[in-house]
Amino acid sequence: MPDRLGEAREVKFRDPELAGELGRTLVSLVDDIDRAPITLMHVCGSHEQAIAKYGLRATFPKALDVIMGPGCPVCVTDAPEVDEGVWLARQGINVATFGDMLRVPGTRHSLADAQSEGGKVHVVYSAAQVVSMARKDPSQEYVFYATGFETTAVATAAVLLSDPPPNFSVLSAHKYVPPAMEVVAQNPASRVEGFLAAGHAATITGYGLFEPMAEKYGIPIVVAGFEPLDILAGLVELVRLVRDKSPRVFNAYPRCVSREGNQPALRMMWQVFQTSSGVWRGIADIPDGNLRMRPEFECFDARKKFSIDASVYASEADLALVKDCICGGIMSGLASPPDCTLFRNRCDPQHPVGACMVSSEGTCKIWYEYGGRPDLSEAGRT
Amino acid sequence: MCLGVPGRILEIDDMTATVDFWGVRRQIRLDIVDVPCRIGDYILNHAGFAIRRIPDETIGDTLSLYEELLGSPEDDLMGADVRGELEAARRNGDA
Repeated sequence: MPDRLGEAREVKFRDPELAGELGRTLVSLVDDIDRAPITLMHVCGSHEQAIAKYGLRATFPKALDVIMGPGCPVCVTDAPEVDEGVWLARQGINVATFGDMLRVPGTRHSLADAQSEGGKVHVVYSAAQVVSMARKDPSQEYVFYATGFETTAVATAAVLLSDPPPNFSVLSAHKYVPPAMEVVAQNPASRVEGFLAAGHAATITGYGLFEPMAEKYGIPIVVAGFEPLDILAGLVELVRLVRDKSPRVFNAYPRCVSREGNQPALRMMWQVFQTSSGVWRGIADIPDGNLRMRPEFECFDARKKFSIDASVYASEADLALVKDCICGGIMSGLASPPDCTLFRNRCDPQHPVGACMVSSEGTCKIWYEYGGRPDLSEAGRT
Repeated sequence: MCLGVPGRILEIDDMTATVDFWGVRRQIRLDIVDVPCRIGDYILNHAGFAIRRIPDETIGDTLSLYEELLGSPEDDLMGADVRGELEAARRNGDA
């Protein structure tokens, strides 16, 4: 890339002094609490990638257990939602989606299966791109299979508010994260004592969104960025709030996140979408966890436009492997990938059983590639 | 992916910017970003939309992190995600 301001500045995540200081503070805070485990949950695939890639778990005190919750939008897209896309592709309709979505299993078939049968399934990087495709090919119908959390839903909304052509529509599988965090917070089986919230989603929603949740469930929430030191700094604040029994929200990513968030973007999102209840794959029915299009946008809502009926696939389910898959427990924070009998055995990135092994943001795939919770008990021994 | 990819604005036409990502140019919408952007600014792209303008003082650090990711081994997930985003842009041209 041409000229960059601040050339040759040392990368913050390589600042060993700051990392050492944060690490020591974390140990001292965990010592103050003096019990184990202290379980904290983050809800973002990029957080998990950074934690795993940079080996941060190896630096955490043993009593601190940092787990990933339902932070992968592709993973929580339920099989019947995938079936809807497969149904459309089998009708000869162009279905465009993000690359991660292609191999996510439906009840029986994935969008990749539909593509290999000759279905017109396209991989795109943006909803805006699908609008361009539809404009260039007005005699064909183009459906954007929309997945993603708030940040991506805003982009879909912006496209729908920019006068798209009549042969463009959206099949929304967008998810809204805060209700899923509430489901975890109120689950009596959950050990989660604090949340690390995703920085870029909070750029849009603002950290103020989490304040009622922190108060209602008595759980602290810290918004953190994605560089290793951002995550470490976020965890230090979160453990401090746990120690102080202070269930409030702290913004550890102030260079990007404000209390009120991006109001114009939020107005766009709520103009187009409304929340509705629905199943997040393997987890639960999440009240208000799905983002569905408002009736005013019915003419661009693929579910209305094509009267999708994917119920036919329900009877074709191959439950033999699926019943052993514990993706739901993993995404709820109740289990880790090594707890699953399929992990690394019959389930790997080449032959994924559950959605967590498909997406690059899925816990199982991340742990498969980078390793998960390191066992350093033997380290240094001779 | 939540990480997004940083790029530098080369041109602006109303709500659409031409953005350079390590030599790959693509059209990025500016509808969402809440700070006015100008030519030469760096933005963070998420799914074809700028979600924020990168403050001048953090540009160097941000680009260094991504360059480290781009140089990571082929099977590295974070690196693969960033490379995948750029590859998608290259494949899809300026659609």
